[in-house]
This record gives sequence, structure tokens and C-alpha cells, in this order.
Amino acid sequence: MPDSSGRTHGSAVAVTIAGVAIVSIWEFIGQRWNVLVPEALLHASAVLQCTLIAAVLGVLLGVLVYRSPAGSAIATALTSAILTIPSFALIGLLIPVLGLGVPPTVVALVLYGLLPIVRNTIVGLDGVDPAITDAARGIGMGRAVVLTRVELRLAWPAILAGIRVSTQLLMGIAAIAAYAKGPGLGTEIFSGLVRAGSANATNEALAGTLGVVVLALVVDGIYVIISRLTTSRGIRV
Amino acid sequence: MSETTDQKISGVEIELAEVTKRYAGQKTPAVDGFSMTIPAGETIVFVGPSGCGKTTTMKMINRLIEPTSGQITIGGESALKIDPDQLRRRIGYAIQQAGLFPHLTVAQNIAVVPGLLGWDKKKVRDRVVEMLDLVGLDEEFAGRFPRQLSGGQQQRVGVARALAADPPVLLMDEPFGAVDPITRGNLQDELLRLQAELRKTIVFVTHDFDEAVKLGDRIAVLGNQSKILQYDTPEAILANPADDTVAGFVGAGASLKQLTLMRVRDVELKTDLVTVSTEDTPADVRQKLTNARKTYALVLDRRNRPLRWLHVRELASAGSLATVGRPVGDTVSVQSTLQDALEAILTEGGNAAVTGGRGEYVGTIDIRTVTDTIQQVREEHENDHENSAGGAG
Repeated sequence: MPDSSGRTHGSAVAVTIAGVAIVSIWEFIGQRWNVLVPEALLHASAVLQCTLIAAVLGVLLGVLVYRSPAGSAIATALTSAILTIPSFALIGLLIPVLGLGVPPTVVALVLYGLLPIVRNTIVGLDGVDPAITDAARGIGMGRAVVLTRVELRLAWPAILAGIRVSTQLLMGIAAIAAYAKGPGLGTEIFSGLVRAGSANATNEALAGTLGVVVLALVVDGIYVIISRLTTSRGIRV
Repeated sequence: MSETTDQKISGVEIELAEVTKRYAGQKTPAVDGFSMTIPAGETIVFVGPSGCGKTTTMKMINRLIEPTSGQITIGGESALKIDPDQLRRRIGYAIQQAGLFPHLTVAQNIAVVPGLLGWDKKKVRDRVVEMLDLVGLDEEFAGRFPRQLSGGQQQRVGVARALAADPPVLLMDEPFGAVDPITRGNLQDELLRLQAELRKTIVFVTHDFDEAVKLGDRIAVLGNQSKILQYDTPEAILANPADDTVAGFVGAGASLKQLTLMRVRDVELKTDLVTVSTEDTPADVRQKLTNARKTYALVLDRRNRPLRWLHVRELASAGSLATVGRPVGDTVSVQSTLQDALEAILTEGGNAAVTGGRGEYVGTIDIRTVTDTIQQVREEHENDHENSAGGAG
């Protein structure tokens, strides 16, 4: 369906702007600025919200299983399995169940975002020196207090690193969500690819791609700042 | 050993009765029917080979390990009937490598237990300063993180954290095991000083017998399954080990170790030495020596401090006593251990001058005094096992 409509749409544009068909990518971005910026914001917003949901679920899952080697193995295997499903396929398979738009996008992104967070949560909590938790218990901290005031604080750099990897991962995958009419820069990429060969099609796909890359770099920079602000000086590397 | 400061005891008695720990799937219990009374305000050292269950036994006192059966009473209260977290806030806990929270500052580490107990902020702040002072750390350490401290400093903070809420009982699990020997010696001295002041009930676990001898009011030598092989004062164990296993653990040089436990003030000093002052004339000295039928004298300065050894032969050529004779090399204070005294005797060649609190001469000590003392201690403890076997078993 997107195939036929895309083609019609593409050729129409090519005719209309035939005279100025060959613009540079920078000119193209300049012309499309008013469209690209909202799309980038939507893209970032979708990714960050899904990362947040994945972080809550992932840390929760990690906390539930980290004490048991078997549980840790199963949780890691399951979340890895999700990641092996091609994103295009997963989103495609979700459309009949959840319809188009936001729901399949969110579900897919959250599922993909889980692995790095779950794995790093387990690794981070597992890496806490047993002598420290022994001391914490020994001076009268309850289980929950040890977890929230000691273990999670010490595992935080690892967990945050997992969240950061997730975000990067989702930046790319979110673009594919445009296939399910999800929001973001994927729209540009898809419509560009669909019109491949016609005027400015490459520019359009390239603009979307560049947008994703720039967005990813900016967000990564923000993570560096978050990491410095939220990690105790006593455990900063 | 001295029981004269009873009124300052802040520790409480701990009683373990038939305490057993059995792990699922293991035939033999890890700790089998352990019974012991730990007197209030004493330092008890559990010493034994690794894996003998000494740490397990200690951890059952604060219920980090739940006993399978038996009774534990702390200060008259059954430890098994209190909420474990509440119980642990009333028992100090210090472990190897300190186990400090790396993400918290020194001050925050020390403030953890008072915080859990809900002290108000001002009280906690004052307490942190007090504790730093107690363990001999400058106040500037308060804002540092554990990784910015040396091993010895971390260990001090560990002890400060354990003592912050002023618990009557302190459990220490090989706390000085991971620091270099010099720092360990210093930390042990600090602990002795602290304990002299605080008089907590301390249960200290180590595999280092010398450490046990140095720190313990009593030592429990433990065998497999935490079986008490001998539970007695260091002097008694050194003088008469209960069996070959204990003897093996005591190791070579039991008598030399015994010497570290006794102080010069505890033995009878010789006072028959001829002492003269720098103002005496050589003729006076010769007269004194002849009267006492001695060949040498000790020259003292105006404040009675030992200056030089003077042999009768050296008198002939001497005009005055100001410079003649051999300078006293090594003196011993009444506070010194007999080990220090022996060292001085060996370097001085027979006699060592003993000085009092202000450095004044109080007598001499020789090798006979030392050997007699060791002999005496051995005789005192010769018949120990007929009485103590029942108490320890």
C-alpha cells in the first residue's frame, strides 16, 4: 500500500519542482527545516519516553533476578532473543495486533530497549563487593534499604550506561517505526526511500538519517552530563 | 587483666548456649553445640584455622547467620526474639577491608547507624566529629571518600562507623587482616587504647595467634565445627596449651610470646645495685663498692636518671665522675613488656636499668628475673586443665 501511494506522491513532487530538482543536501535541509525540526523533536520524545519505560521495567526485572544465576540467565536470554528479531519484522507483526501509529512503536521500542538495561542492571548489582553488602546488613540496614541506598547506588554507573546504549539503539530503531506510521524522522527516510530515483528523494532520506545521527550525538552528550551529576564522586571513574 | 576499672564497663555479657548451625544438604553441622559465656567489657578473640566456623559463630551473634538451634543472650535479652535489623543496630560490626560504602563520604559512612536509629541531624554531626577524634583521624577527613584513604585510615573509619551509635557489643571479623604489618600493629595499639577507655564487649575473629595474644583478655582456640579447644587467658594458653592442636596453633616461641604479655612493673626488681651521683668523688665510690662487695656501680644524674655504668677499674684513672664509665645504652621503663626488658638485658650484657614514670632509676632487671617469671607462670597454669576442661567443653 505505501508503495503505490508513495510512487504517485513522488512523481507529483518531481513534476512540480522539476526546475530546481537538484538541490544540495544542505539547501534541502534549509528548505525543509520547519518540517524536520518538529519531526526530530517527536523522534527524540518518542525515544526518550520509551527509554524511560524500558529503564523502569529493565531495572525492575534486573532487581528481581540478579540474586539468582538461573533467573539472570533467563532474563538476559529472553531480552537478547527480542533483540534478534529484525525490527522491521517485529513492527510489521505488531501492526495487525495493535494497529498503526503510537502503540506498536512504543511496544517495539520498549522491548528493544530492555536488553542493555536488564543486562547492565544485573552486571552492576552483581559487581557490588559482597563485603559492602555484608557490612550494610551487619550494621542494621534492611534488605530494601541495602538495595536502594547501597546496591543500586553502586550499580548506577553501569545501569546508566545500559540506559545510554538503549537510547542509542532506539534512536535507530525508532526510524523504522515510521513503517507503522509512527512519529519521527523515520517518516523522512521512508518517504525518501520509497521515492528513490525521483528528485530530492536521496536528500530526503539523507536528511532524515542525518537528523537521527545528530539527535543521537546530542542526546549522548546529555547523558555524559547526567552521568556526572548523578554519580557519587566516590565511585566516579 | 586488671579489674580495677569495672565502673566504666559499657559492654554487656553475651551468652551462647548450645548454638548450632546446620546448612541444608550438609551432613556435619558448620557449628556444633557452641556454648560460651563472654563477660561484659572483655575482648574475646576467636582464633582458629580458616574454615573452622569461627566467623560463622560470630555472625550468629548478630544473626547475619541464623542459628539452627540454641540460645543467644545479649545483656540478658534473647537475641533471637528481637528484629534482626534492630538487633544489628545495637551491635557494632567491623570487617576486613572495612566494607565502607564507596559512594558515601567518611562522615556519611559514620552517620549511617545513627541515621537508621533516627537521631537528629545536629546530634549525628557532633557524633561524627567525636568518632573521628576517637579513632585518631583529623576532622578534614569527614568530606573525603573511602578511596581517597589509605587502608589503615579506612579501617579506622570502619571502627568509627561500628562504634557510632555507642553499641555495647562490637563484633570484629579479621578487621586488620588486609593491612601491612606496621599499620596493623598501630591499629592493634589503637584498639587496645580505645578498649581501655570504652570497655565494650568485643568479639574479635582472627587466624593470627599473635594478634589474639596481643588483643585478647581471653582467647578461644577453635577447632573444626567451632569446637572450643581451649578458652582461657593468653597467659594460660601460652603457659599450658590444652592439647597438641592448640600447641601447634600457639606455634614456636610460646615463652617469648608470654614475655609480651607481662610488664616490668609486674615483676620484682633488684635494688642491690650500687648507685652513685655525679657529684660523688671517686674515693667515695670506691668505698661504697668495697662495702657492698661489688665491682661496678651505676652513675645517676641530678634527677636520678641512669647515666653510665662504672667499673671499679675505671676509677683509678678518673679525676671526677662527670665523664668516666660506659654510657647506659638501653633502659627499660616499668611500663615496658618483659620482651623489651629481655632485649635491653641482651644489649646491656646482663643487667638492664629500670626507670619509673619520670625516667628516674627504680632498680635493675636481669635474665634470672625473666626466667624465674616464666617458670612461675608455667607452674601457676600447670594444673589448669583439670579445672578448665569442663568449663571450656
